[in-house]
Amino acid sequence: MSRNEPLLVIDKVSKFYPVGGLFSRTRIAAVSDVSLTMAESGPEILTLAGESGSGKTTLARMVLRLIELSEGRILFNGRDITTIRTREEQMEFMRAVQPIFQNPFEAFNPLKRIDSYLTETANNYSVEGASAEQRINSALELVGLSVSGVRGRYPHELSGGQLQRVSVARALLASPLLLVADEPVSMVDASLRMSIVNLFRELKEKHGVSIIYITHDLATAYYISDRIAIMQRGCIVEIGPVGKVLMEPLHPYAKLLRESLLEPRADAAWNEEITLASIETEEFVRQGCKFAERCESRLPICQTSEPPYSVVDGREVKCWLYAGEGKKAVV
Amino acid sequence: MLKVENLKAYYQTEMYGVSRNVRAVDGVSLELQKNEVYGIAGESSCGKTTLIRTLFGAFDPPLRVVEGTVTYSLDGESVDVTKIQGERLRQIRWKQVSYILQGSMSLLNPVRKIRKTFWDFTRAHEPITDAEKFEAMARNHLNRLGLPAQVLDSYPHQLSGGMKQRVAIALATLFEPKVILADEPTTALDVIVQRGVLQLLKRIQRETQSTLVIVTHDMGIHANIADRVAIMYAGRIVEEGRVKHIFGDPLHPYTKHLIESLPKIGDKSTRTSIPGAPPNLGDPPPGCRFHPRCPYAEPICRRESPHLAAVANDRRVACFLVTTKENAHVS
Repeated sequence: MSRNEPLLVIDKVSKFYPVGGLFSRTRIAAVSDVSLTMAESGPEILTLAGESGSGKTTLARMVLRLIELSEGRILFNGRDITTIRTREEQMEFMRAVQPIFQNPFEAFNPLKRIDSYLTETANNYSVEGASAEQRINSALELVGLSVSGVRGRYPHELSGGQLQRVSVARALLASPLLLVADEPVSMVDASLRMSIVNLFRELKEKHGVSIIYITHDLATAYYISDRIAIMQRGCIVEIGPVGKVLMEPLHPYAKLLRESLLEPRADAAWNEEITLASIETEEFVRQGCKFAERCESRLPICQTSEPPYSVVDGREVKCWLYAGEGKKAVV
Repeated sequence: MLKVENLKAYYQTEMYGVSRNVRAVDGVSLELQKNEVYGIAGESSCGKTTLIRTLFGAFDPPLRVVEGTVTYSLDGESVDVTKIQGERLRQIRWKQVSYILQGSMSLLNPVRKIRKTFWDFTRAHEPITDAEKFEAMARNHLNRLGLPAQVLDSYPHQLSGGMKQRVAIALATLFEPKVILADEPTTALDVIVQRGVLQLLKRIQRETQSTLVIVTHDMGIHANIADRVAIMYAGRIVEEGRVKHIFGDPLHPYTKHLIESLPKIGDKSTRTSIPGAPPNLGDPPPGCRFHPRCPYAEPICRRESPHLAAVANDRRVACFLVTTKENAHVS
């Protein structure tokens, strides 16, 4: 499946939140000046990774139109989603872009039976020529469940892994082009986690669904995604093919993230200690590179001006080490 | 340091004349040495939290200890926490044995500054005679753990999740306990903060030569900080051994599958989840509790339940497959 235009274009998007009282009012950028394109030629899985507070969920919520953009625009299939006004347009958008949330127990109404939930969703996004029943059936089959298995059951009667699969099935009822999955496996048990992750892989390969996969579990990110964007304090600091970014990260923050990963290996124990950001909000309003305080290879320029993006080895890195004056200083 | 013998802790309920036994911990025996990190791994609802609660002597109906003992040797005196109550238990708690709860960052009182919370915790165990001395002690303790002393002047909402968790750990280790029980200490945190928090726990453990019991489903954590690991399944320990043996050469089929199913960076080969779901502990399957999901199950596994038998130094496995092979090997 090839397309002429990218499925999703995020163009210089920022989201600001005001902080402080009446007199010391400033704003922090939860997402600042983020640009990326997704699925330019065929479906892809893009991972957004980074520590908490790095803006990955905020970015995803803007893509889902759950919160408004402060600056910039988002194009979905060539259409600016910030200009959606009517209910019809919104329905059309929601049909194509579906969310999957972290905690399936919070995503479902506990008082509603699962089959009635699915029927309602199927009726909301009706498709000509297929009955709701048939579509529920095929969606559940796709995620490895059956209608008889969920009929008349309430969310609490299913395990976390099963319920998360139901929520994937629910999202598939609208036959979306893009799934936005926010930490979909962090609440699911290790022994069942891979079944969800494998499902995502299959959706992309067999059904042409693109997925924005938000996680801080870099191991599953490596396992399923094509590209990965590492975010820190609202900026994408490194974006590129997952093999390159995770195997040999360039940005100091990406390196730190990679090193902090707890790998289940027999000889894993780390030796050196790391420094944590002590006062977090301060990093948001920092001049220059927002990682500078914690960075080991900091240059004088990092504290005064923000680094530009430079293309290195097939990926984009936002770091002075790889750009202009900084690069000269290193060489 | 701590000896647990054939511990059985059930949730017993009786409603409308129907009594139910949920066998959350069913015949667990283990021994912990001084100055060691012992990991307990397992999926949700395998009884690991119930086990650690019982170790802390924190069981209230419907949770009852049906059988077995939990004996600490504290200052040359042995104490069974399942037998003592009230004041005696209170003297041991926090000063000798402390417990870091799952999500303990939310235990900080939101309307009191951290200093007040420190004050409350201290006064509950030792009379405070000198405010300046208390202040010095609190500052000293935070300093030693590498936390800024300014946190004493903050309210919990002003701190980040990782900082709150570290403050909770600081509170739990204020009296240099001999045994620290930590239940999922880093679950809600992201990778970098997680590493910082684990580093802190490990440092405290090393400095005070205490015993750290860490319960988590994240195998990566065990690989990185534990000395020995016990794998729990459906209320029982199925395998126990040194970290390098468990990860390098798992013996029990459940452990094998659990470790093989973890994705690794640099390896995109397909991983699968264990088919089926963990059993309901109210009505566990007869024989070996893993047999319905075990690909190697034999008739004996359905009838009898295997004992946790020593197969080598520091290595115990509860599986007929391993123990009978081992016996054949010996004879």
